[in-house]
Amino acid sequence: MLATKPSERLSMFTRALENNPQENVTTTTNIKMRVQNLNFYYGTFRAIADVTMDIPENRITAIIGSSGCGKSTLLRTLNRMGELVAHTRTQGTVLLDGENIYDRNMDVVLVRRRVGMVFQRPNPFPKPIFDNVAYGPRLLGVRGQELEQIVEQSLRDAALWDEVKDKLHESGLALSGGQQQRLCVARAIAIKPEVILMDEPCAALDPIATYKIEELMLTLRSAYTIVIVTHNMQQAARVSDFTAFMNMNPQRAGVLVEFGPTKQIFTNPTKPETEDYITGRFG
Amino acid sequence: MNPAQARVLPGTSKRGGKAEPFGSRNARYTWRKITNVVMLTLTGAATGLAIVPLIWITVYVTMQGSRFLNLAFLTQLPTPVGVPGGGVVHAIVGTGIVVAIACAIAIPIAVAGAFFAADHPNSPLGIAIRFGTDVLSGIPSIVIGIFAYTLIVLPQRHFSAFSGGVALAIIMLPLVLRTTEEMLKLVPRNLREGSLALGASNWKTSVQVLLPAALNGVVTGIMLAIARAAGEAAPMLFTAFGSTGLNTDLDQPTATLPHTIYIYAMSPFKDWQDKAWAAALMLIVLVLGLNILARALTWWRARQMGLNY
Amino acid sequence: MTLATRTFSPKEFKRRLRHGDVIFDALTLTAAALVLLTVLAIGLQLWQQSQFTREAFAWNLVFSADWNPSAEKFGALPFIYGTLQTSLVALLIALPLGLGIAIFLAELASAWVSRTLGFLVELLAAVPSVVYGLWGVYVFAPTFVKPTGEFLQTFVGFLPLFSGSVSPQYSRLAASMILALMILPTISAVSRDVFQAIPRAQREAALALGATRWETIWQVLIPYGLSGILGAVILGLGRALGETMAVTMVIGNNYNLVASLLEPGSTMSAVIAGQFGEAASSDAFRSALIEMGLILFVITLILNMFARLLVWRVARRVPTELRV
Repeated sequence: MLATKPSERLSMFTRALENNPQENVTTTTNIKMRVQNLNFYYGTFRAIADVTMDIPENRITAIIGSSGCGKSTLLRTLNRMGELVAHTRTQGTVLLDGENIYDRNMDVVLVRRRVGMVFQRPNPFPKPIFDNVAYGPRLLGVRGQELEQIVEQSLRDAALWDEVKDKLHESGLALSGGQQQRLCVARAIAIKPEVILMDEPCAALDPIATYKIEELMLTLRSAYTIVIVTHNMQQAARVSDFTAFMNMNPQRAGVLVEFGPTKQIFTNPTKPETEDYITGRFG
Repeated sequence: MNPAQARVLPGTSKRGGKAEPFGSRNARYTWRKITNVVMLTLTGAATGLAIVPLIWITVYVTMQGSRFLNLAFLTQLPTPVGVPGGGVVHAIVGTGIVVAIACAIAIPIAVAGAFFAADHPNSPLGIAIRFGTDVLSGIPSIVIGIFAYTLIVLPQRHFSAFSGGVALAIIMLPLVLRTTEEMLKLVPRNLREGSLALGASNWKTSVQVLLPAALNGVVTGIMLAIARAAGEAAPMLFTAFGSTGLNTDLDQPTATLPHTIYIYAMSPFKDWQDKAWAAALMLIVLVLGLNILARALTWWRARQMGLNY
Repeated sequence: MTLATRTFSPKEFKRRLRHGDVIFDALTLTAAALVLLTVLAIGLQLWQQSQFTREAFAWNLVFSADWNPSAEKFGALPFIYGTLQTSLVALLIALPLGLGIAIFLAELASAWVSRTLGFLVELLAAVPSVVYGLWGVYVFAPTFVKPTGEFLQTFVGFLPLFSGSVSPQYSRLAASMILALMILPTISAVSRDVFQAIPRAQREAALALGATRWETIWQVLIPYGLSGILGAVILGLGRALGETMAVTMVIGNNYNLVASLLEPGSTMSAVIAGQFGEAASSDAFRSALIEMGLILFVITLILNMFARLLVWRVARRVPTELRV
């Protein structure tokens, strides 16, 4: 179903935006991550072109855009997961608290320990629920009672504790898709990262599970900096404080078109491309 | 619970209200990093280590064997111990005969069986066949040798090239069947459906469309199976057995290269041991050559397919 | 419309085709069934042909250590022990190496390096057994196995496994080490396939939690692919148990029950290969050797079936997971 007029289409986001506690946007905050002139190449193909954006601390930043425009690729440059694919190259800088994570002296393992990630499809380890959450803390040397406390707290923070407290020793794969994804969130926050990247975390989930994840993001916001890639513009309007709109340039490289407070992007975009996308005239 | 109550993991210190990245200056982290580097290096070292014996064997066999390998060695019959000269033409011919018998038996059965397995990927019998093929390929060649012995040699009361061929055929069968099946499965569906839609029968489609499309891969599989069979000595002990003269009668004992290497190598005579190296060089050139050729064909085919898409 | 085509031509059309197809189907079915029949026939033949000793000595063959064919004493315990000993030691050497190779090829090396080195490792499996034997006896055993044996005897000689005198040329250790080389490609190739079948998401999950490459491999990938790796190990074991020529040539064919790895020994396959010529004239002797073949057949059959099931399970689990 297509909206006939742009204004009608815009109104589709009104409720979503009303549900979004926007007060966060007006209060000032630190810049947690700063992407500067970032280019990313698969072989000779440039997938990301000259992206510059600031990611504010303790806020939810959504990255939206049509499929294939490099949203996920950009997200994966923020904790250097992009370099896992062979024949890729990253150019430019990504500052985390002012330090360039692509600096030669920067340890990629430490970067990822500080910048956690939740993936598109739930990917729990085929291990007990407890061991899934305990994996990260164990790497850091946590043992015994302290570990149990961390696991419990992480599962509580991920709003999963009540559902799994009696079956911590069952496989993580035995959970439903939505529960698995919350388990992955719990696993990610168990090492207390500073930033959590979420790559379309609800893409494989039903609406109820999606709702729970969104609730979760809103509660986690006060303690973490969250960056979420989403296809679902309603979702971006519901949960995010800031929105980045990406698009493809004529060379099919992803560029950042517009970045700003979510309300402004959805109701009063400055670039015609953004408006076209938001109103459904495009993509 | 308020997640904002920042937990501090052990080993992290507070700096300006922020948790410092865990253990940048921490013994445990140093240890993790060292383990990482050491273990990853070891996996590379293991790979290098595995290549060493391959090079060692090929270089040594080449050096030793080339000293005695000459035209006479390839064309003459063995001389008695102590008499210089002579060759292993009987074993070369014998290996050719035994392998040819094995091919004649194994290839038709394997290719036909592969059609069945590829046509029935999920039926119980199809799965059983693939499973049986895998299991057959794991049965020791010496056991297969004994089987051929009890089946043919024992009733006939004499060793023969034919019984050796049967043993090698059983060794080749699973190898050819599985590669052919894999190749048939790789043939694009639309090619097959296109032929069937034109009204061609199943068997015509199979023989005239599928087999040619898969032929390159099937040939590769046959080459690898021949390489494997040509190097087998264990089953020959009970079947083709060996001979000192040239034999072309399928019903008579026949020398083969691997069996001759075994006899010569374990003999106390220096000149026979020397000949074992020369025969080993021939065998290794044949076997590794077939393997390399098969790999080159596979690579070539992959490139062709890559260019088509 | 579909109704029209359905009632229109097919019957006659089919009848013309069926003739060729029926024959073709019967042919392929027969050929395929022959594979299964061969496995059955091997078992049946060995069972029948070993009837003499099975009836005359019952389980004595397995539990007696007294091997004296001329007195019709057939105790195969030394050979069963030798087979198990050499195969397990070979596995002990080949498992860490093979796993390391698989990890390097699947996880670390670039595609080109992985292909090239992987092919070279696979070539190790292509070298004929008899060439391994020749090289083993005259090159490998004197120059490498003997010093290794002396080293072991100096430092752990108090263990029965490394006691006795170090044999200069023929030894169980030489057989074990050559077997390790021969099964290395099996273990590394199958484990490599297992690693490559593990979803990317598992690696990313661990790395995103700040795990190092090695921690990801050791704590996540290996547990994930464990049953497949176990399958690879069992396939390697099956291969080692039945390997004949190389072992026969380097093990020295000592028919006494000796614990030490450093001394000559024998295995089931080596005894069959070495003594079959003499056995042909005696029904009891031949039957005893065939019974050993039967034991080998049954062991490798069971191991292979088990291993294939394990490997198949991992291989089949992957596509379904990718599809979800």
